[in-house]
Amino acid sequence: MPQSSFVMFEEEYREITAAVEKLLREANAKCVYLVDKDGQLISSSGETQDIDATSLASLTAGNIAATGGLAKLIGEKEFSILFHEGERDNLHISVVGQRVILVVIFDKRSSLGLVRLRVKKASEELGRSIQKLLDRMAADADKENLLKEITDDDIERLFH
Amino acid sequence: MDGLFPHLKMSFINYSSREINCKIVYYGPGLCGKTTNLQFIYRKTRPEAKGKMITLATETERTLFFDFLPLSLGDIKGFKTRFHLYTVPGQIFYDASRKLILKGVDGIVFVADSQVERMDANIESFDNMKINLEEQGYSLSDIPYVVQYNKRDLPNAVPVAELKKVLNINGVPDFEAVASDGAGVFETLKAVVKLVLIELKKGA
Repeated sequence: MPQSSFVMFEEEYREITAAVEKLLREANAKCVYLVDKDGQLISSSGETQDIDATSLASLTAGNIAATGGLAKLIGEKEFSILFHEGERDNLHISVVGQRVILVVIFDKRSSLGLVRLRVKKASEELGRSIQKLLDRMAADADKENLLKEITDDDIERLFH
Repeated sequence: MDGLFPHLKMSFINYSSREINCKIVYYGPGLCGKTTNLQFIYRKTRPEAKGKMITLATETERTLFFDFLPLSLGDIKGFKTRFHLYTVPGQIFYDASRKLILKGVDGIVFVADSQVERMDANIESFDNMKINLEEQGYSLSDIPYVVQYNKRDLPNAVPVAELKKVLNINGVPDFEAVASDGAGVFETLKAVVKLVLIELKKGA
């Protein structure tokens, strides 16, 4: 069985973060998060200091996974957009390129229509970056170097 | 909908933030002590090394969807290692949720309930784990996993040799535990973390 990891490189990280920041501005959002479908945070931007990003990432992935299960049950492939409306803040969650999840938190300074529009545009851009990343992961040997260099002693030392 | 590489283990290596992220799932029958393991790890970990523990449970404290605990374990070659610990809901009828949580798993702790009347439940849960892994394109033999025999302090505990015979035929690392007072909890965690990192290294 092939074994691999989701690997993020500097160049794609910059591209992705730039796209996330642009979305934040253009959608008038409070904050934007990009999360891997397995619940790992990839990038974030905006008023993120009061929000536990690790929890947000894990719960978002759980949410998308549960909704995906519901979709399958009724014969849909996936629900690609989720919207949660709060008293002050709202949550717009969408799946990008089948692999990552885009979370936009916004309040009355923005609107669902604007967020949807900007998310759609940003998704195309992010989708391209993610695809580039996946291609590079398939081709690049960088990660192998790092992992091969790990010694048993390194692993042992983690626990002391 | 399962991502582009649903058959791959999905540890996440970030060269930009210099982090290695791995996902470990605690599996086992209802009330075997999966959540108790995580609670003990949470209590005994330095504040700077842990994130918030999330528990999605019913009002009677039965796990509904999952528990989640992010842990940092120090650096390897300049990379921060982060482990995301999850538990699955143990009760039989939550199977759909268990499948979701297994997605992208890098390592598993199978927690067995040592009590004699829970033997059938242990076996059923172990078989269920194998089936759910196979559905995701994994095979148990490819996944780093360890076994924990929990509740060793109870008078009706089955001898470990008996438990081994049915729950550890592959001879993976296994541990006796009393998760409620922490015995064996960190030994189990360390063992699975080691296996995950060794596997990651092998796979490279």
